[in-house]
Amino acid sequence: MKNAFWRRFCRNKGAVAGLIVLVVVALVALIAPFFLEYSPWDMVDAPFLPPLSEDGRWLGTDTMGRDIWVGLVNGARVSLLIGLVSTVVSLLIGVSLGAVAGYFGGWMDAVLMRFTELFQSVPSFALAIVLVAIFEPSVTSIVTAIAVVSWPPVARLVRGEFLSLRQRDFVSAALLAGQSTPRVILTQILPNAVSPIVVMASLMVASAILLESSLSFLGLGDPNQMSWGYMVGTARTVMRQAWWMAVFPGLSIVLTVLALNLVGEGLNDGLNARADGKR
Amino acid sequence: MQNISMNTASVDPAAATTQPVLQVQGLSIRLPQGGDRELAVSNVSFDLQPGKTLCVVGESGSGKSMIANAVMGLLPRPHVEPVAGKIQFGGQDLLQLSEEQLRALRGQRIGMIFQEPMTALNPVMRIGDQLAEVFDAHLSLRSAEKRKRIIAALTDVGLPEPELIINSYPFRLSGGQRQRVMIACALLLEPQLLIADEPTTALDVTTQAQILQLIRELQQRKGTAVLFITHDFGVVSEIADHVVVMQMGQCVEEGPASEVLIHPQHAYTRKLLAAIPSGEVRAAKDDADSPFVLQVQALDKVYNTGGGLFSKGRRVHAANQINFDVRRGETLGIVGESGSGKSTVGKCLVGLQGFDGGRILFNGKALDPGSNFQAVAKSRIQMVFQDPYASLNPRHRIGAAIASGPIAQGVSPAKAKARALELLKLVGLKEEAYDRFPHEFSGGQRQRIGIARALALEPELLVADEPVSALDVSVQAQVLKLFEQVRDELGLSMVFITHDLRVAGELCDHIAVMQRGQIVEYGTSSQVLQSPQHEYTRRLIDAIPKLVTQSPTGGFLEPAV
Repeated sequence: MKNAFWRRFCRNKGAVAGLIVLVVVALVALIAPFFLEYSPWDMVDAPFLPPLSEDGRWLGTDTMGRDIWVGLVNGARVSLLIGLVSTVVSLLIGVSLGAVAGYFGGWMDAVLMRFTELFQSVPSFALAIVLVAIFEPSVTSIVTAIAVVSWPPVARLVRGEFLSLRQRDFVSAALLAGQSTPRVILTQILPNAVSPIVVMASLMVASAILLESSLSFLGLGDPNQMSWGYMVGTARTVMRQAWWMAVFPGLSIVLTVLALNLVGEGLNDGLNARADGKR
Repeated sequence: MQNISMNTASVDPAAATTQPVLQVQGLSIRLPQGGDRELAVSNVSFDLQPGKTLCVVGESGSGKSMIANAVMGLLPRPHVEPVAGKIQFGGQDLLQLSEEQLRALRGQRIGMIFQEPMTALNPVMRIGDQLAEVFDAHLSLRSAEKRKRIIAALTDVGLPEPELIINSYPFRLSGGQRQRVMIACALLLEPQLLIADEPTTALDVTTQAQILQLIRELQQRKGTAVLFITHDFGVVSEIADHVVVMQMGQCVEEGPASEVLIHPQHAYTRKLLAAIPSGEVRAAKDDADSPFVLQVQALDKVYNTGGGLFSKGRRVHAANQINFDVRRGETLGIVGESGSGKSTVGKCLVGLQGFDGGRILFNGKALDPGSNFQAVAKSRIQMVFQDPYASLNPRHRIGAAIASGPIAQGVSPAKAKARALELLKLVGLKEEAYDRFPHEFSGGQRQRIGIARALALEPELLVADEPVSALDVSVQAQVLKLFEQVRDELGLSMVFITHDLRVAGELCDHIAVMQRGQIVEYGTSSQVLQSPQHEYTRRLIDAIPKLVTQSPTGGFLEPAV
């Protein structure tokens, strides 16, 4: 079972590349901070140093003389942390609402889905800005805002899966055997709905990182955390004089998000046993 | 195109009596690597004479559909590739033709009917437009002429009011009517060869009889040769002139239908013929004093479909004043065609479906619809489902699937496991099945697992909803035997829902025949089958394809309808 999954996953070359990039980013985010002797906010050198111009400052410095490499490393930690935590939170909301709506159907389904649509009808980025602005920018408020705007698609997906799986005979058999409702939901239906949820989750991490970057770019990031979006945001005024300030954090965002998307696609292939016959 | 029609002219008129329409010679088709065998079809040869019907019979996986697809050029090449042999049709080898040349043949000189009439028609196109496409692909006709010929074709296949049907969408038609449209479509350009791939398998038995008769009639009238793929020997004996029996890609027996059906030579053919429900009627048990396990009184269930806030939906009376009872150790068969409400009754009995009126008494206690159903029934009513592929959770091991019921009822896991192993043995599976996943088992084995799961809860009443209709006929016979065995060993009462009167007659003490939500006939099996009172029952009995055995005169192709 596991081996078949890896075989299918590895057949997708892009996914393997994406996985490698992700592992590198994650390792950097986890390990590098222990080897850095100063914080990303410290002004360690002359401002506007281009890359490779001085020993130890191989990505150069920004407008305030802060080391861009140190900023990137910290930004990786913040981005990944916010991406993962907000995805977990929105999965918790989305999966439970979707499962309840899909399993019970009827008026419960109608009420929950109208509630979901309420969130979907507001542009998600605008809602996130409003939420962060109200609650003052901090890691917690950003995670909350991202989770609040990104659970509706999960709920809809899970509801759809549950609606169809609910009709399967093995669910009826479990009910006839007297298994309790939570047990049926958790052990009979949810494991069968897990593959699309996993795929969606990997893509959600990517979009959460993008959202966080966009918020920081607009100056709504956590003021105590150096993040990629914030770095791009501060560099935009000096774009023509100092390209490196925006390009390196920008590239980091692109690479990480692309890697997550590729991995998501690979997961889709890997979890879809029916793809075996093709190719 | 030009070439082909000239060819036809030279082959057709004079030599028609001797020259076969279709010659398959030494055909072998390779499966992709990792398949269950190397060759899907290996070294198969047969000839099809004009105006005759050749049946290719076999169980699922025997490669019979591969032959039809190879003739039509519909094999998913290059994954599935014909590696040897020829398919001669109208003087050319179909396997050597390009896609373009094949396209010219399809529809015009070879017609095809598929198994699933519900999906074979485009749901968003009017019937007339779909048929007109066939003309557009091959001829250029004026639209008035097209319309005339389409109406003629629809009339030909016995559709009522063709003028209306030509303008309607497929969803307005029943399964049988759609299959008629498909036949009209396939025969529109009067092809010499009609390929029918299990055309009646998805249809009710009365509809099946009508469609078979229609194919036979049209064939006689137009002199079309028919290549008929089926798994059902009943159908074979109704329609075939010549039979090819397939097993695992090999042709194991071939010959005139009368020979093969009456004096089968190969062991496999004999096994298939023996597995057909004989229609023997089980004598009803005479134990009027054993207690009632189940009493159903005036059961009512109405479905309200569609309908929104402001519009009224459609009301379907799926169960209307249903009455019957089942004593301990007795089996009741509920027989009916699709849509008769028999499955609804089954779901009401096990509590998967609420009901609107009437009472269900289980051991004398009333089962109310809704939450207290399980409390009263205490899992003593269990169900075996129709589709063995959907009824087992693909993510659960077999052992867990069987043991989880008793564990939910408070049996200790160790005890539940011991019981599960015992049950696996009882249903004829090995103990090592306990740790395996459902996808490692065949349909018949899965159905055995389904039975074991139901039995794990020590039910008093077993409701089986079409448990064998998704299985091959030889497997079907084994599973039916298993039902009989567990019923007699464990003293179970059973409600057996089926569309097949023969199966019901063999297994059940009593039979209730349902039509449109009502029981139209109810009595012991012998009463119902041997002296049916209701007209609908008689029609059902007549529509069963009869296997002609030992008919000395060779009066063989007697239509049964």
